[in-house]
Amino acid sequence: MLSKRIIPCLDVRDGKLTKGIKFKGNIDIGDPVEVARRYYEQGADEIVFYDITASSEGRDIMIDVVKRVAETIFIPFSVGGGIRTLEHMRKVILAGAEKVSVNSGAVENPRIITEGAVAFGCQCIVLGMDVKKVEKSAKIPSGYEIVIQGGRKYMGIDALWWAREAENLGAGEICLNSIDADGTLEGYELELTHLITTNVKIPVIASGGAGKKEHLLDVLTAAKADAALIASIVHYGTYTIAELKEFLSGSGVKMREVW
Amino acid sequence: MLIAESRRLMIAIVDYRAGNLTSVARALQYLGVPCVITDRAEELRRADRVIFPGVGAAGEAMRNIEEKGLAGCIREIYDAGTPLLGICLGTQVIFEYSEEDNRTTCLGIIPGGVKRFPEGMSEKGDPLKIPHMGWNRVAFRENHPLFAGIPGNAEFYFVHSYYPAPSESSDVAGETDYGIRFASAVARRNLVAVQFHPEKSGRFGLKILENFSRWDGSHAQ
Repeated sequence: MLSKRIIPCLDVRDGKLTKGIKFKGNIDIGDPVEVARRYYEQGADEIVFYDITASSEGRDIMIDVVKRVAETIFIPFSVGGGIRTLEHMRKVILAGAEKVSVNSGAVENPRIITEGAVAFGCQCIVLGMDVKKVEKSAKIPSGYEIVIQGGRKYMGIDALWWAREAENLGAGEICLNSIDADGTLEGYELELTHLITTNVKIPVIASGGAGKKEHLLDVLTAAKADAALIASIVHYGTYTIAELKEFLSGSGVKMREVW
Repeated sequence: MLIAESRRLMIAIVDYRAGNLTSVARALQYLGVPCVITDRAEELRRADRVIFPGVGAAGEAMRNIEEKGLAGCIREIYDAGTPLLGICLGTQVIFEYSEEDNRTTCLGIIPGGVKRFPEGMSEKGDPLKIPHMGWNRVAFRENHPLFAGIPGNAEFYFVHSYYPAPSESSDVAGETDYGIRFASAVARRNLVAVQFHPEKSGRFGLKILENFSRWDGSHAQ
């Protein structure tokens, strides 16, 4: 039986974490490679790097980070943030990432999903979706709309339609981020997660809102997510990944128990 | 003329343009095991051990293997008794055929085929997703040297939509449950082939690679 995955997400700018990360003993670390190694040792099932670098020099630094991560940890990891071309995907994958995630680049040019899937296999292509709750309408029948630019720009695209479309285009997985829940620490958007995960055949990673260990339980059971993305809940030392997994395992969720 | 040649035991990784070659090489480097990625038959025949990796589709893989003239070479390596490790797609093309890409004829080293997970599989009432992607257990069936030191609750990273179905049950070395029970590891003589990715399966995956780097190809039962 497949285990549910716990996936810490690291935001990187110019090769450094955007915020220091605290481990037990209150050590503050800013190096993404070192933090990835610690999470790997703590039992992370996968790691997501989100590159918020704008400049092309910063991008090259990220490629170097990816290479160093790939020499250090031996679990899958993905890289997202500003990926718009096949060439950029290729660089990231050759540097050692298992998967690349496309978000606004795919909204602007959906063909990139198919091109990526053909070139590297579906399993490499993760569709990142940023979603906001809106009034249900003819255009947005699910009541969830795709947004880009951190939620500032509404795209007039229905989230459920886009998830199914991306699956048809060849995406191997969806990372579903609720802009409404993101950063609140009040729990994942369960209704949205359930809607998407029960309507596509590819795995769905729920993202945004994890503040308590019970939130992970809810999203992995009631909302049927295949994986839970976490950030603050582990970055600030509230829990270790091992503690989260122990709790979830004790609550009947299938987890990878030894690593 | 005899030339005393002292060289470290070398693992060759078969390059047939499939993915994950560098991941396997990086894992071996981390373990301090010398390796080379190559598509040259000469170099593959000379290697002390061979890893046949792969990510992608069977049809494309077989086309690349044929184009590079490596089909015969891989068979020879197996026949010569060189320890051989298949990983993921590398494992699948070792069978006689794969249902992928309108049935692809494969290398036929292990009798049997590779089948697509059936539609409509479910577990506890929930539909199961395809690909089978993530961490799952492997019930290793025999006391094979490659799986020494692996605890029963260890999990391995899988990503695949087709599964190995060996026709001889004596070839099954490990099984995994995902809707159905399938052979996630097969072993025959000097060949071991796994459906999961040891290079992405943390400490226990590395342990299998390390075991392989010391294995002489015999079954120590």
